[in-house]
Amino acid sequence: MFQPVKSLDDALAAVTDGCTLVVPREVSGVPMAATRALIRRGVKRLHLVALPTSSLQADLLIGAACVATLETSAVSLGEFGPAPRFAAAVIAGAIKMLDATCPALHAALQAAEKGVPFMPLRGLIGSDLLKYRGDWKVIDSPFGNADPIVLLPAIKPDVALLHAPMADRFGNVWIGRQRELATMAHAAAKTVVTVEKIHDGNLLDDPVLAAGTLPGFYVESIAVAERGAWPLPLPDHYAADPEHLAEYARLAATAEGFADYLERYVYDKRAA
Amino acid sequence: MTNVRRDFRDEELLADVIARLIGDVRHVAVGNASPIPATAALLARERGKGRPYVSLLGSPKNTFWTDGARELFDCAGQGRIDVFFLSGGQIDGQGNVNLVSTGDYEHPKVRFPGSFGSAYLYYVVPKVILFRVEHSRRTLVPRVDFISAPGASEQNVYRPGGPIALVTNRCLFSFAGGRFTLTSVHPGHTIEEVIEHTGFDFERPAAVPETPAPSPDTLRLMRETVAPQLTEVYPQFARQVFGVGQAARAR
Repeated sequence: MFQPVKSLDDALAAVTDGCTLVVPREVSGVPMAATRALIRRGVKRLHLVALPTSSLQADLLIGAACVATLETSAVSLGEFGPAPRFAAAVIAGAIKMLDATCPALHAALQAAEKGVPFMPLRGLIGSDLLKYRGDWKVIDSPFGNADPIVLLPAIKPDVALLHAPMADRFGNVWIGRQRELATMAHAAAKTVVTVEKIHDGNLLDDPVLAAGTLPGFYVESIAVAERGAWPLPLPDHYAADPEHLAEYARLAATAEGFADYLERYVYDKRAA
Repeated sequence: MTNVRRDFRDEELLADVIARLIGDVRHVAVGNASPIPATAALLARERGKGRPYVSLLGSPKNTFWTDGARELFDCAGQGRIDVFFLSGGQIDGQGNVNLVSTGDYEHPKVRFPGSFGSAYLYYVVPKVILFRVEHSRRTLVPRVDFISAPGASEQNVYRPGGPIALVTNRCLFSFAGGRFTLTSVHPGHTIEEVIEHTGFDFERPAAVPETPAPSPDTLRLMRETVAPQLTEVYPQFARQVFGVGQAARAR
């Protein structure tokens, strides 16, 4: 029988060096405990896709030298300021940047979800984003009259990694209204999930819960990580930790401070 | 105009200006890192007794999306969002916004967070209000180094949307025909100062009025009713500008 519930480190085995990893935006269930575990393990050369933006998660992974390529629309700490390790890495040329715009990432993952090679999107024509995205193409709409439109190739991640409120022992994961988590999972070859708790019974048995459930069919492995999104929020469950994020912004402003942060909050497992 | 006694903060004046620009519409959406537009949108909703519908990105209480974050963009693509807000590390006189970097893209001097949804929403939302609190030659430039989203498009490009105005800490510009026009100068600021600190050319009528100060009713509404609603997404802003903390949210 399929037994998806594992230890955190075992669950993360699917996230291999060099893989294309898709993660959710800063407020929809970011797997931060899993991110810290990946940094401890020393994962390398990730092609990180942040759907469609990121905050602490991307900044941490970039600062810890886990990322080769970053594909996203923005990285920022929001009210706590710019994402310092991201900005430093781009300026130093330490990561390859694939700049996008939010709906382009949603659309490209939807293409993978549907098993089609591309998705069209309005906007973009005249933006310098197009100039630096050789993989995005402008065509004349076959249904229009001299109507140019952009085509975006499907993004097919190797792994989707997300955090959710609960899962059952059959691998079904309750994501509630954070439906972009389902898009990520549908698009990716494998999905790894951390959850606050294990639900007794089968989530698909209750039609109210089933509507907000990602079926275990798509799920490779699950690990329990209580407060696994900390210090970011888990929507409808807990808020962000503003004091911690302010401390991160202060420390990560320099390479030395960032190293100190990693030591205190990532490598020292008790703190994490 | 100098040494005026003021009983309001810059943020309150700017939110009042933006709320007027929003006008009578069905749906206003506010993106990331936009506390002043969020204040304005919620103020407009209070004044309109529930109209417009306000969607605040990052706020479960103030978003109806049940189909993931893409629903915002799908709504916009269909014309279901009437007003949106954009800022920029640089904004130029043609209404181009740069949210990416300064210098050469491949060897940037300063890296900004990124384009967010600008390269789509600027095209499809009918009224896009630009806001940039810092009004300086550093931010308002002759030509942006990187066009995240252009102010105008070629005739054959699908473009029902675009910029209508730019709000800064010194003044309000309107945007039409590919150019900015100085519409009003905020209390305590002067036309000469606006010219000195603006890196692009703009139209200027013979007489430029002063931006009206927020009325006592508006200030009361903002401070007592709107500010507590901001703590969910903008706790620091709500505390610094309105002195409102988590306690007010629980109330």
